[in-house]
Amino acid sequence: MLTLDRVSKVYKVGTFGGKDLPAVRGVSFEMGPGEVVSLIGESGSGKTTVGKMILRLISVTTGRISIDGTDIATLGGDGLRAYYRTVQGVFQDPFSSFNPMYKADHVLGMMRRQYFSGLADADWLAKVEASLQAVNLDPGQTLHKYPHQLSGGQLQRLLVARALLLDIRYLVADEIISMLDASTRIDVLNLLGELRERGLGILFITHDLSLGNYISDRTVILRRGNVVEMGATAKVFGNPLHPYSRMLIAAAPQLHRKWAAVAAELGAGGGPRPEGCLFHRLYPPDRPAGADGERPTLARAEDDHFVGCVRLDGEGACS
Amino acid sequence: MNDPERISSAVPVGAAAPDRAPIQPAAPAPAPRPGEPAAASGRAEAVGRRREILYFALRDRKVLVGLGILIVFVAAAVVGPLIRPGDPDAFVGPMAAAPSREWWFGTTTFGQDVFAQFVYGVGSTFLVGLFGGGLAALIGMTVGFVAGYRGGVVDEILNMLTNVVLVIPTLALLLIAAAYLTARGVLVEAVFIGLTSWPWAARAIRAQTFSLNTREFVDLARLTGVPSWRVIFGEIAPNMGSYLFMTFILLFGGAILIAATLDFIGLGPTSGSSLGMMMYNAVAWSALQLGMWWWFIPPGLGITAIVGALYVMNVGLDEIFNPRLRKM
Repeated sequence: MLTLDRVSKVYKVGTFGGKDLPAVRGVSFEMGPGEVVSLIGESGSGKTTVGKMILRLISVTTGRISIDGTDIATLGGDGLRAYYRTVQGVFQDPFSSFNPMYKADHVLGMMRRQYFSGLADADWLAKVEASLQAVNLDPGQTLHKYPHQLSGGQLQRLLVARALLLDIRYLVADEIISMLDASTRIDVLNLLGELRERGLGILFITHDLSLGNYISDRTVILRRGNVVEMGATAKVFGNPLHPYSRMLIAAAPQLHRKWAAVAAELGAGGGPRPEGCLFHRLYPPDRPAGADGERPTLARAEDDHFVGCVRLDGEGACS
Repeated sequence: MNDPERISSAVPVGAAAPDRAPIQPAAPAPAPRPGEPAAASGRAEAVGRRREILYFALRDRKVLVGLGILIVFVAAAVVGPLIRPGDPDAFVGPMAAAPSREWWFGTTTFGQDVFAQFVYGVGSTFLVGLFGGGLAALIGMTVGFVAGYRGGVVDEILNMLTNVVLVIPTLALLLIAAAYLTARGVLVEAVFIGLTSWPWAARAIRAQTFSLNTREFVDLARLTGVPSWRVIFGEIAPNMGSYLFMTFILLFGGAILIAATLDFIGLGPTSGSSLGMMMYNAVAWSALQLGMWWWFIPPGLGITAIVGALYVMNVGLDEIFNPRLRKM
């Protein structure tokens, strides 16, 4: 189980780090094996920062990320290597993920040097071919090529194949299909579906609601570093509780509707709206804090469906 | 002589080479053998890459021309003293003689052999360039890479150090040093130049490292558990290979020119000779006014040819280090 517990990231900016720039504020969720969690948010909402914190590429300012109870901030050396054996990532831009100085299979070579240095050439070759076949890549067409000689879809699948060389249990997929065209997009999505069947937990970071809806079991919606709504995908999409989620879902392009019609509807108030802030109806501002002195940032609206305050800082009254 | 603006704008990382070789031999990339393991191990990969760079380097006209000129000068520095043994400053010939079959480069006003001075001078010029430029490149790259990769407090401290060294008046420092060091050789001069001329290189490399550090392939290497030093030298440095080489070339050329300046004001080596000292002597004894072109043309041409050859090589190497600029 991969658990995020009130994880925050604050960047120091300005002269001598005099100003704080919060990127992620008190994000908590957890992800089990075989589960696809989609992390949805607009640009700058902090979704990539969350992914990089899970991959330990960025340090956590406050809060804690743990895997099976072990805080990943404490890992180092062999512990970190063991962590990377179970958790891997694939990034948004396949062209930037490959060092242009090397052939594309350099990413596989690095894997071998770090994790499979004792393996004989033939065994390694068999392992590489198996994992390439798992992502529908032809070894003959992809190995010994420079990144600029391969297509974006091939590169992106090569990165997934790289992650599959290890017996990973969790994959952080950061916008992995936003750079692909529609036909390759479905291939990669189906690949993720297959991986889920094999028991892989996937954190699917995206700004595309329909993709999130298509693939995920649970959904976390981020806005300006705060979780505004979270829960089972069917519940979040079927009955969005937070005004931001409603707006987001209403504004998603639909095949049979023109944007002008949607905009008119949104402008007219977007249909019936709940009175005030649901979060503070469930957690009144005067209600004392929990046992650990922390106020929750999300209120439980129904089973596996949580909502945040309408105001983003989550403090005080808001209606 | 070392202008950071000119240098950092000359070849930005990832940009196209200033100009490309007009004709590239249509040689195919070294084809992988059919039976070769698909993803070779790290060491085999590095060896393969080295062989590949050599393959393209030996087919690039610019690299060959630059290398050829350098080899001629190195050969002159090595073989020359064997042809004209003895003290190059000895008064051996007629005074102010023009080049002839006997005195290839003529003689000075005092009857010294210009050819002997030249070949000795080329040797010490290479020495100053290699050690001075090499030391400066080493310090500059170390400071630049560490500051750019680590960032944060480490970067602030190293950056402060860089700026302090950058504003130290080199000449004043050398005047003081000269007062304490009564016997200065070419190597002492080279070390001094190396210790004072690295800051602009450190700043430029730091900036490039910062920019490359945000690329996703660096994250991917970290995600593979690759140690920091190997991320720097295996992932970041190769992307600025031609830039690093150019840094070395400019530091090399800069060291030669600084050495000439120091020689000119009498702070040069107290023993040995150099191309800079030859030019200084030529000017001091009015070779220009007397029309003794053979006294100042060889050292001037020597410095220009050495620095120029290195620069031509650099342009060619840009195409070799970066596979995207190759014509395949």
